[in-house]
Amino acid sequence: MKIEGKKQIWKDYQKEIAGDHYFYVRSCVRQNFFPGSEKTFLRILQNELHKDIYENAAHTTCSGIGYHSDIVPIATTMTMIARQFALMTEAGLENLATSCITSFGLYNEILETWHHFPEVEEKTREHLWNATKREFKKPGNVAHASDIIYKYREEISEKAKFKLVNKETGKPLKAVEHIGCHYARMFPGKGVGGAEYPYVLTGMIESWGGEVIDYPERRHCCGFGFRQYLVMANRGFSIACSKKKFDSMEPYHPDFILTNCPGCPMFLDRWQYAISEMEGKTYGTNGQGIPVLTYEELAGMLLGYDPWDLGLQVHQVPVEPLLDKIGIPYDSTKKFSGIHGEDLGKPEPPSVLKFYTEH
Amino acid sequence: MRKKVIIIGGGVAGMEAAGQLSAQNMEVILLEKQSILGGHLLNWDRLFPTRRDSAEVLDYLKKGIGSDINVQLDAEITNVKKEGSEFRVILKDGRTFNSEALLLANGFELFDARKKEEYGFGIYENVISSAELEEFFRKNKHPDLFAGIRSKRVGIVHCVGSRDEKVGNLYCSRLCCVTGVKQAIEIKELLPDAEIFSFYMDLRMFDRHFEEMYYEAQQKWGIHFIRGRLSEASENPDQTILVKVEDTLTGLPLKMTVDLLILLVGFIPRPETRGIASQLNLNIGSDGFLSPEDVHTGANSSNVPGVFLCGTLKGPGSIENTIADARAAALQIACYLSV
Repeated sequence: MKIEGKKQIWKDYQKEIAGDHYFYVRSCVRQNFFPGSEKTFLRILQNELHKDIYENAAHTTCSGIGYHSDIVPIATTMTMIARQFALMTEAGLENLATSCITSFGLYNEILETWHHFPEVEEKTREHLWNATKREFKKPGNVAHASDIIYKYREEISEKAKFKLVNKETGKPLKAVEHIGCHYARMFPGKGVGGAEYPYVLTGMIESWGGEVIDYPERRHCCGFGFRQYLVMANRGFSIACSKKKFDSMEPYHPDFILTNCPGCPMFLDRWQYAISEMEGKTYGTNGQGIPVLTYEELAGMLLGYDPWDLGLQVHQVPVEPLLDKIGIPYDSTKKFSGIHGEDLGKPEPPSVLKFYTEH
Repeated sequence: MRKKVIIIGGGVAGMEAAGQLSAQNMEVILLEKQSILGGHLLNWDRLFPTRRDSAEVLDYLKKGIGSDINVQLDAEITNVKKEGSEFRVILKDGRTFNSEALLLANGFELFDARKKEEYGFGIYENVISSAELEEFFRKNKHPDLFAGIRSKRVGIVHCVGSRDEKVGNLYCSRLCCVTGVKQAIEIKELLPDAEIFSFYMDLRMFDRHFEEMYYEAQQKWGIHFIRGRLSEASENPDQTILVKVEDTLTGLPLKMTVDLLILLVGFIPRPETRGIASQLNLNIGSDGFLSPEDVHTGANSSNVPGVFLCGTLKGPGSIENTIADARAAALQIACYLSV
């Protein structure tokens, strides 16, 4: 691998990321999949980086899942997105920050459509007005939340209490980065590093002391792919996609997988459990899996946030092996305690995947 | 008094035109931006379809460059203008030349395969371009490239940068197909046990004996031709290359590992040609190559009287076509200046 070649591509694909005053739109599904991530993003932006970030509880889905599943027509999707823009305009903001990769892709797709077909934008404005009596300005800047963490990765590194370094060996931890399809594949110029060798997560990992693995199936889908999972008959294909990736990355012995999409961590995490149950196969060492993280979780971990405040206890693949490697302390007795210390009960341990209940 | 002609470009087209114009008693100034004449021919080893040494063609062209031709090397052009019926060409170092006719023969560039990012050229160790392979053949008459890196299985990718809307080049580069077939045979000659897979969209073996080479490649050398465009290449832990392609004849996706992946890079217009065209108000086609005055009946004239065109600055072409085109341009210039 010639790193100079990659660096040239990274140089070619740099984008403008707004520095402050964001209007934040959440994902439909992330709060269920990895409930601490969006909260952690806001905590980092507000408490660590002291940025102005605002969200409006009245905002809705962008309808991306419905759009990509052929349930929601494009005119409806555009009107819903126009409504999000109207809420942003009403808040006096123009920098959109999206939590979801599919939303990010869809916002860009629609803005690009309106750019080329102004009459479609006019029609959408008409639809929004008829439905809500709202008007909007288009965003001045659209960033995915991972872009913003990327932008401030060095500041986060300075405040971090831990590095992506094995405390026993002193060597950098090895990471697989997995980028959501809709981040840059439609519009390479909208993603940091472009579509083929994205740098947004790689930049974070490098700045925080880790080392990135490039493996043959790096570009392959995580297994979500909308219809691959949403159509029940296709779920075999979904898990086969994930397995293909795990098989491909296994020889490199990654310490963890880092993601920036709502679906990817879900499938890369949950399917490891399913594969272990179906085939008795695990991809970490000694029956462990490969921990899968969101970038907010990783940033929070390194900043010293309590792993259970980050929501790491809801991962199917236990994250404790990674915490142990870095030396991040955690209280295993509180893993399944509620926010007020109440006992939430313990899940049934998997039959194959090593399950941490004690430190 | 001898009429003066400036030729921009000292490759195949420019050299042949210079020799022809000089033979017609014209005063020829041949401007070449490199420090040596020959253009792309200098980097080529053997030529299709005869597999003759490219040096033989270069020797022929050099013979036409007599002492009466004013050859100016390292000629980086900054300004070209038409003043009345005369042309003035100014070089970066201040050298200035005047003439009564101007022949543009500054050829093409090879597509930069890094733009097909998904193929990993410039990133993966064992992804090379057809030009690199050719240069290697030229420099190493007994190459051990393949033995050194276990090149027992070689992939050849056609249409890299050509017929590709994504990179903005809709045109066919015409000669990559036959180059791929030629190079596949040459690899088999070196490594008879190697397996070679050519991934193509469709094979355009348009000229004499090209189709015969294609048959030879299949029947004599057992080269596999798979109709399908590569979607991506990745590097395995041992630096072999994993390729993904759809076999469009079977309708199935195909994934395989090769030891070496060769990208057949096509023609693109030279950026500096656009600069000259802009200074002279010359017509440029939608593909970026210069447009002749009339594609059928005025292929060597431009829309500006006194400015003539020849060779691959008008689009992809073979050496044979380029030499014929240079001669036609020389004849047309002679007619223009004799009026």
